[in-house]
Order: sequence, then structure tokens, then C-alpha cells
Amino acid sequence: MSRFFTNDHEWIEVSGEVGTVGITDYAQGQLGDITFVELPEVGSTVRKGASVSVVDSVKAASDVYTPVSGEVVEINEALGDAPETVNGDADGAGWLFKVALSDRGELDALMDEAAYSAYIAGL
Amino acid sequence: MSALNPSGWQPSMGDAQGSGSELVTSSGDRGLMFEEPLSFEIGALDKCGVDMDEPGGEPVAALGAFLRKSAPDLPGLTEPETVRHYSRLSRQNYGIDLGPFPLGSCTMKHNPRLNEKLARLPGFADVHPLQPPTTVRGAFEAMDELSKWLIALTGMAAVAMSPKAGAHGELCGLLCIRAAHDHAGEARDVILVPESAHGTNPATAAFAGFKVESIPATASGRVDLAAMKAKLGPHVAGVMITNPNTCGLFEPEMKAISDTVHAVGGYVYCDGANFNAIVGKVRPGDLGIDAMHINLHKTFSTPHGGGGPGSGPVVLSEALCPFAPLPFTVRTGDGEAHLVEESNAAAIGHTLAFGRMTAFHGQMGMFTRALTYILSHGADGLQQVAEDAVLNANYVLRSCDDLLAAPFGSAGPCMHEALFSDSNLPEGFGTLDIAKGLIDEGFHPMTVYFPLVVKGAMLVEPTETESKAGLDRFIASLRHVARRALNGDETLHAAPVLAPRRRLDETLAARKPVLVWQRDPG
Repeated sequence: MSRFFTNDHEWIEVSGEVGTVGITDYAQGQLGDITFVELPEVGSTVRKGASVSVVDSVKAASDVYTPVSGEVVEINEALGDAPETVNGDADGAGWLFKVALSDRGELDALMDEAAYSAYIAGL
Repeated sequence: MSALNPSGWQPSMGDAQGSGSELVTSSGDRGLMFEEPLSFEIGALDKCGVDMDEPGGEPVAALGAFLRKSAPDLPGLTEPETVRHYSRLSRQNYGIDLGPFPLGSCTMKHNPRLNEKLARLPGFADVHPLQPPTTVRGAFEAMDELSKWLIALTGMAAVAMSPKAGAHGELCGLLCIRAAHDHAGEARDVILVPESAHGTNPATAAFAGFKVESIPATASGRVDLAAMKAKLGPHVAGVMITNPNTCGLFEPEMKAISDTVHAVGGYVYCDGANFNAIVGKVRPGDLGIDAMHINLHKTFSTPHGGGGPGSGPVVLSEALCPFAPLPFTVRTGDGEAHLVEESNAAAIGHTLAFGRMTAFHGQMGMFTRALTYILSHGADGLQQVAEDAVLNANYVLRSCDDLLAAPFGSAGPCMHEALFSDSNLPEGFGTLDIAKGLIDEGFHPMTVYFPLVVKGAMLVEPTETESKAGLDRFIASLRHVARRALNGDETLHAAPVLAPRRRLDETLAARKPVLVWQRDPG
């Protein structure tokens, strides 16, 4: 398993042909208390970079862009009742959706953990 | 100091927490500061404040299965109880008539009483949109006069008066753009919107059926022209630009932006929310803009927010005016202003209107107020409005930029609003603390966390309304609160402590809002 990151502060953890997507701990810290998460529809086809989800916080509503293209195969239903999970565990239980990758090559353009750490250190 | 409940005491706090007094009242009220219950909690639900006949007869029979089995839970207040309830609540309200309203991106300015006086003249106040046109000549004359001023001030070809607010005006402008492309047989489905735009811009474009693509900002807070060029093409219907933008900055490349967009067949929509910063100084028509709404409730001082309905007339370029929605006024050969409707549009050659934005002609009461503001200021006075609004904002910016970070402060003067951020505050202190601290100081906070392109933004728009003495009081308070944060004063996290309510749990309010009163909660 390996985890990749985007400039827009999403992470994707790839296992086999399925990637689990969430927002980073840095992103949840910037957003503040999250009050609502709008998730994509299971079965929908998404294109890399498209806005597929929205995270509402007390400060702002922010789009979440999918790091890869493919089909949404699962969403984190538990966030409906407990959006605060994204604040508490953005890297784990606060995941948003899972995508069946249509092009693994898209992962090459993403950052690894070290590169992302350096990226946010420069912000 | 807040005039309301200076101690900040509430009944739920008991006597221990900082009331500053040992005295506990039996009522829960404190002096003449009231803890007002909900209307449902006053009087009895099974009583009615007015006498009404017992229901019966045909109307009841006609309801059939919809007839209620039991009485609805409605508050049972008498007239004096009702009057007192709302008067007591109004004492806890904060409005433009109580003090400065520094909200950036909102343009909360004084509503001159002359506007109100003229809007109450029976010939304006008592007209009905279905009256025969011959009986409302004066109202048409006033509308036409206002139209002429708006066209002259913007350097545009025509104005659609009916849109009822800024976002409604945006929709009107985009529908004109859509109609123009449809008429030319072009299928263009993308609207470009800068990152710093008002949230309504992308929302309007999406509502009008366009796809939205965003244009990044430059380091100096302006539209990145090169990035915009890269996104232009035959699929782009137009761009929406706010100028001056929501960072309080003028887009100096506006003409180049317009020319570039026109060169590929697109149109330029300008969000005129900040027109008050340039009115009488710059004509949007000279910048190549094709459509722009004007918030009469911002630039031209008509009541705003809860104080009154908005009004967002849209000025249009030569290219777009054939598509302007009905109705509008036109002065015909008889020298009088007439309303152009579906029935007579063809007679003046207006055959391509995209439709209507509203059932009737627009916000007559706001037209009267805006026209009064314009005529009482005159052309030179309106210029001074823009100059004073910009001067006041720069005065605030330069009076506080040694204590608060000013993200674009080094780029030169701002326009009508001063933008600060919390980036220089110590760890643990942020924009929210500054805003809440200002409430204790007796000021309504500025706009916070907007625009989104600046982290921890604080946007202050003093407008031309405030005197230097008034600005100095606000600046002194803002500096005091900023110093508390810079000094690591932990008590600031509790602010406001002197207001009728302490810091609210905004997260709980957003996650578990209680929106409906229930007879037996839980």
C-alpha cells in the first residue's frame, strides 16, 4: 500500500485497484470544525481533478477534487452523522470515498509523503 | 462599551460569574436589560390575542380532509405583549443606525432620511404595479430618470431595471450573454470566474446552466491575465470579474482582460458590488464591460440586509442590449416615459428580449431612494462619495498595518476596503478572537474569513459614511484588540464577555441546529 498527496490537500491510499481518498490533517486544521460532508454518488464516474465532494466547516465550504479518475465504489456513510470524524482522524476514519482507478499512471503526478510535508512547510 | 447589558450577565450564569454585583433579581431581567422569551413562551398557546368568528360554512366544507383536527400551536399574545416582545428584541439588535457597520464586501452605509421622506410621498409609496399606466406617470418618470443616471455613470448603452438584488442581476446579465450566443448560433458553455470572486458569481453561472472554471490570482491579488488567456477558447461564453475586487483592489488590467475575452467571442460580466469605490471616477463601459449589476442597496444607500429589499439593475453594452429583459422604460416621441412590455416591445423594435426577471418592473421604493441619493449628491457629490470611501479605507489600512498583517498592503493603496489577516498573531490567536473582541468594544465586527484567497482574512469597509472622529474610535478599538492578541492575552479567547451573549458554539449550531420550537422538547 502506498499513499499519495495533491496540491489541494487530498490524500489517496491505493490498495490493489482501489484508492481511498480523504483530506489531509493539514487541510482539516485549516478548515476548522467541519459541519457537513457532501459525498459523491456510488457508481458515478469521476475525472481526475474534478470537484466531486464538498466539505463544509464553520469557516468555509471547500471543494474536494478527486486525485484520480475512475468509478466511485464506496463512500464513508458514517460521516453523515459524524462529520467531526474528519477533524479527529482525517488520515484514517475520516476518509471520504473510494475510487476504482481507471488509470494508475495518474498516480505518478502526485506527491509522496515527504514531498507533501515539504510542500506544506512552504505554505 | 456596549450600551446593551454592560455586565454581560445572563440568568443562566447565576450570580457567581463576573456579574460585578451581588444583586440577584427575581425576574432574571437585570435593570432594563431583558431576557426575552420566545413568543411561544409568552401568554398561553390556547388563547388568541384577537377575537375571530367561529369557523363554519362553505370554506370549511371545501377543505375536506385537510381540515385540522386540532388547533395549531400558535403564540397567544395580546397586542401589547406582541408590541413589547418585538420592541424588546429590537433593543438587542445592532444596525446601521446604532453604530459603524464595518462589514467588508457589503457596503453598509447610512440610509439618508431624505431618501425615506421622498419614498413615502403617496405618489411613489402608494402605487400598485397593476394600476393603469396613465395613473403612474410620475413613477415612470422617476424610473426613467434613474435609468439615465445609471447609464451615464457607467457609460453603458442600456439598463435592465427589474432585477431585485445583486445575484439576481448577475443572473440577468448571464441570461443576456446566453441569449446573445444563442442568437449568434454559438454553443458556449463555460464561464470563467476568478478565485477571489464573490461566491454568488460561480453559483449564478452554474444556475444559468454554465460550467464554471476558475482563474487563479496573482501574488498581488489580481486576476492572472496569462492564466486567463490559457483558459480562453471557443467554448468560453464569458468571464465574471469583480472590479474593484473582493480584496479591495482595482484590476488595472481590466481593459486588457475585456479585449482578450472579446477577441475570442466571449462577453465580460462585471460584478458591480463595489461600484461605490469608483462611481463618478471610472465608467465600466470604458473598460469594455458588457454587463454589470449595480447594487442600489450598496452604492446608492438604499436599505440593506434586514432593512429592506435589494435592487440590482443591470447595465448593458450595445452588444447585449437587444436581449434585455422586459419591462423597462423608454422615452418616446411624446416626451414622456413609458413602460415597455410584451405588448409594445415590437413597436420599438425590441424583439430579442430573453424574457422577464420579475413579474413587474422592479423595486419602486428603492428606485425612489436611489434617485434621491443621486440627485441630492449630484455628479460632483458622487465623485466625492467614491473618494471619501477610498480615503477612509486607506486611513484604516495605514492606521492598523503596524499591528495587523496587511496581505496586499505593500502593493500600494487599497480601494474601498482594507484587508488584514491574522498571519502575524501569536499561535492560538486568530481572526475570530479579533472579531469577538471588537464586540466587547461596542463595534460590529468586520467581515471575517473572506475573501477565501487570504487565510484568516479581516475585511473592513468603512464607506464614506464615517467621520474621521468615528474612524478614530474604531481604529483605537481595533488596535486595542490587536494588541491584546499580540500580547498573548488569553482572556481574549472568552470574548465577548460584555455582550448579551458570550461566544456561541458555532460548530454545534451548524451540526445540530434547533430550527423549530416544539411544545415539549425531548
